[in-house]
This record gives sequence, structure tokens and C-alpha cells, in this order.
Amino acid sequence: MTTTAVRAHSETSSGRLPGAWGLGLQRGALEIKQFFRQRDQVVFTFAFPVVFLFLFASIFSDDVQGAGITASQLYVPAMMAAGIMSTSFQSLGISIAIERDEKVLRRLRGTPMPPAAYFLGKIWLVLVTGALETAILLLVGTTLYDVDLPSDLGKWADFAWIFVLGLTACALLGIAISSVPKSGKSATSVVVLPFLVLQFISGVYIAIDTIPDWMLNIGALFPLKWMCQGLRGVFLPESAQVLEQAGGWEFGRIALVLGAWCVGGLLLCLLTFRWKNRRDG
Amino acid sequence: MTTQAHQLAVHVRGLRKRYGDVTAVDGIDLGIRQGEVFGLLGPNGAGKSTTVEILQGNRGRDDGEVSVLGSDPATGTRAWRSRVGIVWQDESAPAELTVRETVRHFARYYPKPRDPEEVMGLVGLEEKAASRVKALSGGQRRRLDVALGVIGGPELLLLDEPTTGFDPSARRQFWELIRKLADEGTTILLTTHYLEEAEALAHRLAVIAKGRVVAEGEPSALRERFGTEATVEWTEPDGTPREERTDTPTRTVAELMHRFDGEIPGLRVSRPTLEDVYLRLTGQEDAR
Repeated sequence: MTTTAVRAHSETSSGRLPGAWGLGLQRGALEIKQFFRQRDQVVFTFAFPVVFLFLFASIFSDDVQGAGITASQLYVPAMMAAGIMSTSFQSLGISIAIERDEKVLRRLRGTPMPPAAYFLGKIWLVLVTGALETAILLLVGTTLYDVDLPSDLGKWADFAWIFVLGLTACALLGIAISSVPKSGKSATSVVVLPFLVLQFISGVYIAIDTIPDWMLNIGALFPLKWMCQGLRGVFLPESAQVLEQAGGWEFGRIALVLGAWCVGGLLLCLLTFRWKNRRDG
Repeated sequence: MTTQAHQLAVHVRGLRKRYGDVTAVDGIDLGIRQGEVFGLLGPNGAGKSTTVEILQGNRGRDDGEVSVLGSDPATGTRAWRSRVGIVWQDESAPAELTVRETVRHFARYYPKPRDPEEVMGLVGLEEKAASRVKALSGGQRRRLDVALGVIGGPELLLLDEPTTGFDPSARRQFWELIRKLADEGTTILLTTHYLEEAEALAHRLAVIAKGRVVAEGEPSALRERFGTEATVEWTEPDGTPREERTDTPTRTVAELMHRFDGEIPGLRVSRPTLEDVYLRLTGQEDAR
């Protein structure tokens, strides 16, 4: 028996451990499969921002004085930004907390899976769901609420980096906040409240020119405000810049804030991520 | 590490772990040889799970030396993790995936995995391969847990109370599975609070109580060491039942034969069962 064990050992040592990037792709495919198999979750995840867009853009549809746009048009980029944050921050924050509570994470930790593969898988999931969500909202916005797709290639490039940086920053924040709730049961409340507050003070539900400055300044500390602003810059006419707090789109500053949140969010994740529940030690 | 430690699959010296004021593990020594099935037996709260979690590398320790397959689990590398299989007490696999998808996916984590179809057959889940995990019964899920524990072809398998909550027939099927794995040469450490389980599976076992090893050895040796005293029971002619504890039951019976001159009414000679020994060792004698 001893010989068997010794032989098994040397065989294993000669075998190469699979790489994090490839396993990340595998995990991504698995995460996407799991996500789309939960029908109710799929429907509600995608429907939520669409329903809100429909409600707000239909209720508030008047022309905005001196900006050359309607209130409905304002809601399209706002809801796209909120949609990106909901598919990344909210869904990761809740689902990882539940996976931790159900000890899925602890099991993964007991395998030779590199931790990076787990996070890469989550990023792939979020990229796919976030892109789908954004596409659906853009479709609704262009067909129902007179939003024009930009003809300028530069604007599409802006759209691309705002999407990727915003999604990454929010995904990392979602991973970080997943360590806050004590159990999977409390995860929804812990994650949804800050998201809801941010949506109010970042110009998603309420136009930024009606929000008190001090609230807007708090909102400006987080990515959502800048994602909204950037998407307005991509999808609204230049005349609408007058509504901005700074009177312009500020693409440079947006890139800086979102980039900083990507770095900060990554550090936060590395420092706070737990594979086990607190009561599991 | 000594040479001896290298030959042992698991080598533990003076292991200690405290949770606040509570000492869960209070100086445990263990030596598990390669290829053996080792049972860690003890009542709830004796420190079994804490010990196993430390061996898995999932919990830190306060003191003591631990070597699992030649490495300290606290600093276990990916290569080390690929050689250790874990079957948890209460684990959940992703509910929306099928059994086959789950087993195949976990196989990808390992450098030299076993064939997923073969492993599903080994644990008796080949007919459930296309079922979603959420549709499995409790016993089937536990078998999936074992499949995921062995898919990497581990040299050492750690099972923490694998049959808790099983009905008797599921438990016996599970034992067969463990024996199959042991026959393949896998070193197995299992914790249990079922004495018959330890006796049926383990080549050697350690009884732990209150964070300490109170006895260690082969199940039969344990019984003999702690149970040389036999009990002789009989009934007197006037109908009073009598019993005598003795180290020499044969002599007692011979004397009785002489006295009764033939059949002894109600004669019974019994050795303590492993359970009696176990309850005495773990200080639960009164619990009977």
C-alpha cells in the first residue's frame, strides 16, 4: 500500500496545475450557465431597470428648459448606468454572500483552484449580463424615447471605456460588500440600501440640477454619478451640458475617478475578501 | 521533520486550538500511516471537526506541529491541495448544474484528475449524471460530495462525519464506497461519532474526548485493552439473579458447574462491547 501511495505522489507532482486564466474562462462559462438556468432571476434582473426606465421616462417627458432635450432622454443614460451597477454591484454583492453562506466558497478553497479563477469567472458573468442589460436599455431608449445612437466613432470609444471601467469598479465594490452581511439572508438588504441611496444622489431617479449640492458631492465620491454623467455625454446632444454641475461632460475626470475606483476596489477586495462565514472562523 | 514524519501521511504533535476561553483541542498527537483508514472517534464537541479543519488547512492553530503529506497545511500550496481530498460535513454543490457538469468542472482544477464518468460510477451516481444537483436526495448529494472529494485522485481523503443523517442502508452503501477507495490505496481519515462505523471501517482509531486523545489503536486491541473483565450472570435456585465481574470467567463458570452439578440456570458470559469501552473512555458512562 505504501508503494501505491508513493507512486501516486510522484505522478501528481509531475502533472501541471491548470492555469488561472483558462480556469477563469471555464468558471465564467459555468457562472453564465448557472445564471441563465434560474429563469425568475434572469427575468427580474433584466426587467428591473427597464421597468424603471419605462415608469420614469413616461411620467417625466417634458422638455428640459434650455437644454434641447426631454426629461425622458435624460433617463435613458441614467438607467443604463444603474443597469450596469445592478448587474455588477448588486448581483455580485448578493450572490457571493449567499455562496459564502452556503459554503460554496469554502469548498472551492479546499480545491487547488487558484482564487483568481473565481474572480475572473465572476467578471465574465458580469460582462455578459451587463452588456445584455445595456443593450436592452439602449434598444428601449432609441425606440421609445428619441435617444439617437452616436454617429461619431469617438463617442462609441468613450462608451466602451465608460462601460468597462464602470462595470469593473462596481463589480469589485460588489465583491467587497459581499463580505459585510453576516449571512446570505441579510445580503439583499445590506446591498440594496446603499445602491438605492446612490441612485437618488447620483442623478439616476432625480435630475442632477434638482439635487442639493451637498448630496451631489457625496454621490461624486462613488462611481455611479460619473457613469451617469459619462453616458449622458455619449448619448445626449452637446446642448445638454448646461445641466451638469460643472457645465461640461468632464470625460477626463470620469476616467480618473472610475480608474481610481478600479484600483481601490481591487485593494479593498484583496484586504477584506473572506472564503468563510464569520461564524466559521 | 523526522524521517518518520515523512513516512506518515498525517503527523500531529501537541496540537492546540482555543476559541476564546474554550479549549477545543488540548494537545493532540496523531500518526496516520499511508494507505490506512484512520477513524477519529468522539462525542459531539470533542474537537474532531476542529482537528480535521486544521489538517485541511481551513483553520489556524494555536500551537503544535502538523504535517500533512509532508507539508504544513497552514501554508498549503495549490500542488498540496491537489493531493488532499476533502468531504465536508454540510456542503452544497451548485444547485443549477447537473451532476456530470459539476464533476467534470471540478476535475479541471486538478493536474491529474480521475475520469469523471468512472468517479460517478464509483459513488453510484451514473444514473443521476444528467440530473440537476438540486433534484438529488440528501444521500445522493453526499455521494456527489464524495465524488468531488476524490475527483482529483487524492492521496489523502479527509471525511468529517460523512454519514450523519443517513439511514442504515445508505450508511452501509457508503461504507462499501469507503472500502473501495481504501482498496485503491487512498489514505483515509474519517471522523464519526458512530462507534460501529469506526469499527467497520477503520484499521486504527483514536478516541478523543474534551480535546485530548484518550485511547488509540486497532479497534479489537482497544476492546481487549480496556475490556479484559468479563461479566458472568446466572440465576440462583431460589430465583435471584446474580452477576460477577471477573478477569477469569472460565474459572467462575467451572465453579458454578460444580455447584449446580449440570446446567447453570440463566448463564450468560459477556465481554464489554466496544461501546462500553467507548462510553467509559469518553466519560459518558452515565449517559447509558
